[in-house]
Amino acid sequence: MINFSFDGKVYTAQEGDTLAAALLRNGIGLVGRSFKYHRPRGIMTAGVEEPNALVTVGEGGRTEPNTRATDVFVYEGLVAKSQNRWPNLSFDIGSVFGFAAPALSAGFYYKTFFGSAKKWMFYEYFIRKAAGLGNAPTSSDPDRFSQRAAFCDILVVGAGPAGMQAALEAAESGKRVILVEQDNILGPSLIRDGQEQDADWINAAAARIRAANGLILTRTTASGYWEHDLVTLTQRLSEPGQIPQNNVAQRLWHVRAGQVILATGSIERPMAFAHNDRPGVMLSQAVRSYVRRFGVVPGKRVVIATNNDDAYKTAQALKEAGAQIVAVLDARPAPAGANSGHRVYNNATPLSTKGARHCLKNVSALVDGATLEWDADLLAVSGGFTPVVHLHMQAGGTLDWNADAQAFVPAASRQNVTTIGGAAEPQPIFKMASVAKPKKSFIDFQNDVTLSDVDLAWAEGYRSVEHLKRYTTLGMATDQGKLSNMAALGRLAEKQGVAIPEAGLTTFRPPYTPVTMGLLAGAGAKDAGAHVRRLALYDLHAAKNPIWQPLGYWFRPRAYPISGESLAQAALREAKAVRNNVGMTDVSTLAKFEVSGPDAAAFLEIICATTVSKLAAGRGRYTFMLREDGFVFDDGTVWRLDENRYLLTSSTGGADRMATHISYVRQYLCPHLRVSAVNVQEHYAGIAIAGPKAKAVLTTLIGEEPPRHMSTVPAVIAGVPVIILAASYSGERAFEIYITASVAATVWAACEAEVLHIGGALYGLEAMEFLRIEKGHLVVGGEVDGRMTPHDLALDKMLNKAGGYIGASGLARPALAETGRRQLVGLEALEGDIPEGSMLVSNEGASPQGHVSAAAFRIIEGGSVALGQLVDGFSRHGEILIASSPTRGQKARVRVVAPHFYDHAGERYRD
Amino acid sequence: MSRYSALSLLRGALNGQRHWQPAWRDPEPKSYYDVIIIGGGGHGLATAYYLAKVHGLKNIAVLEKGWIGGGNTGRNTTIVRSNYRLEPLHNLFEFGLKLWHGLSDELNYNVMFSPRGAMFLGHSDADMVKLAERGDAMRCDGIDADLLTRDQVAKLEPLLDMSRDARFPIQGGLIQRRGGTARHDAVAWGYARGADSLGVDIIQKCEVTGFVRDGDAVVGVETTRGRIGAGRVGICVAGHSGHVAGLAGLKLPVESQTLQAMVTEGVKPMINSVIMSQSLHCYISQSDKGGVVFGGDPDNWPSYAQRGHPMVMEGAVAQGLALVPALSRLRMVRTWSGVTDMSFDGAPIIGETPVRNLFLNGGWCYGGFKATPASGWTYAHTLATGKPHALNAPFSLDRFERGATIDETGSGPMPNSR
Amino acid sequence: MMLIPCPHCGPRAQSEFIYERTVDSVVPLDAPTDEAMTKLFTRNNPRGVDDEIWRHTYGCRAWMVVTRHRVTNEISECRAIGPEALP
Repeated sequence: MINFSFDGKVYTAQEGDTLAAALLRNGIGLVGRSFKYHRPRGIMTAGVEEPNALVTVGEGGRTEPNTRATDVFVYEGLVAKSQNRWPNLSFDIGSVFGFAAPALSAGFYYKTFFGSAKKWMFYEYFIRKAAGLGNAPTSSDPDRFSQRAAFCDILVVGAGPAGMQAALEAAESGKRVILVEQDNILGPSLIRDGQEQDADWINAAAARIRAANGLILTRTTASGYWEHDLVTLTQRLSEPGQIPQNNVAQRLWHVRAGQVILATGSIERPMAFAHNDRPGVMLSQAVRSYVRRFGVVPGKRVVIATNNDDAYKTAQALKEAGAQIVAVLDARPAPAGANSGHRVYNNATPLSTKGARHCLKNVSALVDGATLEWDADLLAVSGGFTPVVHLHMQAGGTLDWNADAQAFVPAASRQNVTTIGGAAEPQPIFKMASVAKPKKSFIDFQNDVTLSDVDLAWAEGYRSVEHLKRYTTLGMATDQGKLSNMAALGRLAEKQGVAIPEAGLTTFRPPYTPVTMGLLAGAGAKDAGAHVRRLALYDLHAAKNPIWQPLGYWFRPRAYPISGESLAQAALREAKAVRNNVGMTDVSTLAKFEVSGPDAAAFLEIICATTVSKLAAGRGRYTFMLREDGFVFDDGTVWRLDENRYLLTSSTGGADRMATHISYVRQYLCPHLRVSAVNVQEHYAGIAIAGPKAKAVLTTLIGEEPPRHMSTVPAVIAGVPVIILAASYSGERAFEIYITASVAATVWAACEAEVLHIGGALYGLEAMEFLRIEKGHLVVGGEVDGRMTPHDLALDKMLNKAGGYIGASGLARPALAETGRRQLVGLEALEGDIPEGSMLVSNEGASPQGHVSAAAFRIIEGGSVALGQLVDGFSRHGEILIASSPTRGQKARVRVVAPHFYDHAGERYRD
Repeated sequence: MSRYSALSLLRGALNGQRHWQPAWRDPEPKSYYDVIIIGGGGHGLATAYYLAKVHGLKNIAVLEKGWIGGGNTGRNTTIVRSNYRLEPLHNLFEFGLKLWHGLSDELNYNVMFSPRGAMFLGHSDADMVKLAERGDAMRCDGIDADLLTRDQVAKLEPLLDMSRDARFPIQGGLIQRRGGTARHDAVAWGYARGADSLGVDIIQKCEVTGFVRDGDAVVGVETTRGRIGAGRVGICVAGHSGHVAGLAGLKLPVESQTLQAMVTEGVKPMINSVIMSQSLHCYISQSDKGGVVFGGDPDNWPSYAQRGHPMVMEGAVAQGLALVPALSRLRMVRTWSGVTDMSFDGAPIIGETPVRNLFLNGGWCYGGFKATPASGWTYAHTLATGKPHALNAPFSLDRFERGATIDETGSGPMPNSR
Repeated sequence: MMLIPCPHCGPRAQSEFIYERTVDSVVPLDAPTDEAMTKLFTRNNPRGVDDEIWRHTYGCRAWMVVTRHRVTNEISECRAIGPEALP
């Protein structure tokens, strides 16, 4: 005995019950309310196709709304609540929509609620509240979802008799087999249809599959069939709302299969007749499942309506279980097969039902043209069988029409997939006549779409199957048309006067059954799937508790505040240390490439738009790179370490892009060059030491005179070999030290000791930004925004006159030489601070002529300065503009000046 | 055309809704049209509507190879906004946004345009500056944009993860309050009904298989329903732009890629606005039916498959859950894909082609739906007058070889780096 | 998710690869400006088979040309390029 609750009341279930079985066991027929009209609904099926019996299961962050009661197995303490009703399930105010139904026909909302958009939003507020089904949880998910990849020779989907047999044969012939079954038992259809010995056969077959190293996964759904025989499986390790073992609620599998065998069976179809949605109307095979598998008899007086032989098995099962079969309504004109012993009416189709207190009371039918009625509390219907072809179709397959079964069956596929069993060979049925009274004849139960809605859509010109679906919302509920599509197609084909295959089909899209979002996200739900790149010197920084700044996947120290400093205070102190004394910072994230070989210089002159080959050994220079379209996409420095060996640096943000670019050029465009281009970004950690006393610090550290500006030497610091580059981003005399990352901590410690000893400071990205803006140096992602040419950035004088670099052709395009382009300028505030990112306008209300790409302060003298882009900016120095930020309510009057504010002559970084 | 109103619906309640006429006719193609538009998506139908309504043309056909609205119009995430950084883009999209605000009344078809606010989240100081820059660019050109503080964001969307130690902590946002969502199918149907009532022939199941040439000019099209003469022909086929232009011997600055979207089962209202992010690549809104609609990055390789890559989809979901953890137990009920025509600067192409009388509207990448009214309006102007309107003049086909690209993200000519 | 037959590693999941560009977009280093811009800014973009440049970025990092059908995703050829593939 298992205890569970439904709408606050505690009930008991049997081991192995689905929630639906348990509710029926407790005599609960009313389980939910439909989407649009809030009609009372019960349990219609015993499987994943259930459209009606949707409940919210679980509590807190484990709450799973819209859970099919037929697809959750009861566990101790399960909490289920009905949905889409207020104040309660049996008395739902929302059911007034049912009385308004004549006005709320398909697509009614397209024809009314006019007026302004605001007016629509007023109506929309109430429509949204009435729509939806369950409530989403409001707290975080306490559980985890795991993901796994697997490979197999043969993946078998569906553990019915056909699937079990196929898996058994494959496994015993030595193939790697995975067999998946969405139910929690193997062979559920055998249990439903068969005898005791069938269960024994299942157990034996399963044991043999496992013995042959086959993997059997129950409670696992093949939900998507993707390219090249990749199938995604969703495995439930716990039931909806249940506290899982090991915290893992579900597992997502990506299975690459050599071959896929689909033994997915078929889904029984309802029949269309008036009030066919009433609790107490169930699918025939579902009734049989409840009787045989769960030992629950959902009715005492039963009418069965069918167009095929299969429903007679249900009659038999019910009779054995003690229910009274008051009538079997068989649509076929004459008796088929032997006398079943039931009261059978041929040429009989259901007309309507009546009920009381949300229970079925009465069934009427048309029998040979006459209307007959029976009192009944259960109506089991079988309108035929729809093969489950979803995966076959997701795999890019085609369908054939099986007229005997009035069903589509799998035909060719371009992937390695075959379908066997009931999904390939559905049972024959009798094609029923058109329903004369389409009103309240539901076909999409959840979305309340009736045959008359189909008729209306047709009359209004929504005649393609896709228009029909979208106009009526048919097939768009949580069951995605598993029960409704064929009924709609049949009606559409009648209207078109064609056979069903000519009426068209909607696309079968993944997933086969809805998939929990947390499962798709897996571990990525915590970090958005974005890894963190850690500096080699992370621990040393972290010990100083800096303010961190994200930069792509990296995190870098932005400032090292001491004794309660704000970010701005710390950054200003750090920048002043660089200007007045010395500072050091971590520049490890810069892109770095070691380019070597006899053709290294030639290769670099393809990558870089400046000359390289003129560099003497031991010298370096500023350089920049163009995209093929001629725009600047990165900049950095290039160093000739020795005769045929260069080091190229470029920006952190563009590092991955640059690595791909260099590799592409080397591998694809220049395979003949004798050159090797290796990405050494993370091989080397980097330290920059800058300031008037930087030279003194370096001299102490390496025990000799450091290299002159734009020169490089190998050296040893604290016993560790390093490369020293004399380059300045800050505008001061400065050095970059590159060290094998694994031993960089030693060098950092030595440098830090010396820098602090001499009265200097560590500095972070914020101070670096102040320094480079004041100096007028560019940053990729700021001034270099992918839309600027070398001319626009005043870099054109550095272009390699010999050409031959990537981007030379793109740069020759005529519009790039026209006036009206944005050009790099400096901006000085006349008063106030220049807002970064603000627009440059000539007066209030004018359209922008440029913007502020970076703003900072004169570090020593104070005063706001900035870099920006301005239309024809080179010729506008001296002009007064407004840097305006309406979103922040800030503005400053600025003077356009040359884009550098510090040591224009470049005296400070030379010896 | 029978007018739609609450009253007409009530009348229908008494007669079983039997008084409705088809929303558009199903005409046989004529032998000649003054203007033929290839492609019965939202853009093509809007073009036809404005050609008839604004320019008074009488003899127009829209040729659709399948069913109208069946391409990207019916496959997008229904977001409407004009919050672009660059002037030509925000001016074009803002013109469209103004049309959206009166569209239901204009068409007498409720397209359910819901200006619930389109919000970009910022996750760092750098993000916030970028958002301010975008907002300032818009505001200076008269387009609404407001920076939101962290608290304002939390109040608007209570289910966002506002924790400071999140991988992408939320620092604030930029909202365009006049942006929002619309019912995508209704846009195609509304324009179709409006165009039809002005005499436009909407011809479905009519695929263009070639162009009829007279020297350097196009004078008609070959179709699966025969040859049809035309004064001017406008291509408007989104992801299939390259294919159709190829029939006229043109190669375009376009690569077709797949863009996926997905929707969860319906739940009661939980997402109030359109949530986007400056650092992440997912966008989230909730449909009126209750499904949470999700989009992410395109599959970054060429494809006409109209089916996506599962891991791209899983990545978008991971990003969405990082922002809104309460989505974890919702279930994705459907994924779908469209074929996007990725242009080589990320901006659309609306204007003339090197072939006389042949015009092109395409290259919308993953952002065409919101432009539907503006696209139709400017394309109609171009087709009617033979010259671009000031709004679409910058979006010419020759801008690539000239060097006048409009590159919002600054990421260059390769669509997969955008 | 496709299975790409890397000429160096054998069949590997597509998630290990990054698509770079089409072969028809390759701008030869010595192309005159007009030809270079045509290459860069126009594509065949066929609704059928095309040659594409992919890289086994999260594998051997080699570049290759994949001949693939854009609708069915059928890969008919995958050949190595770069210095190692020179004759």
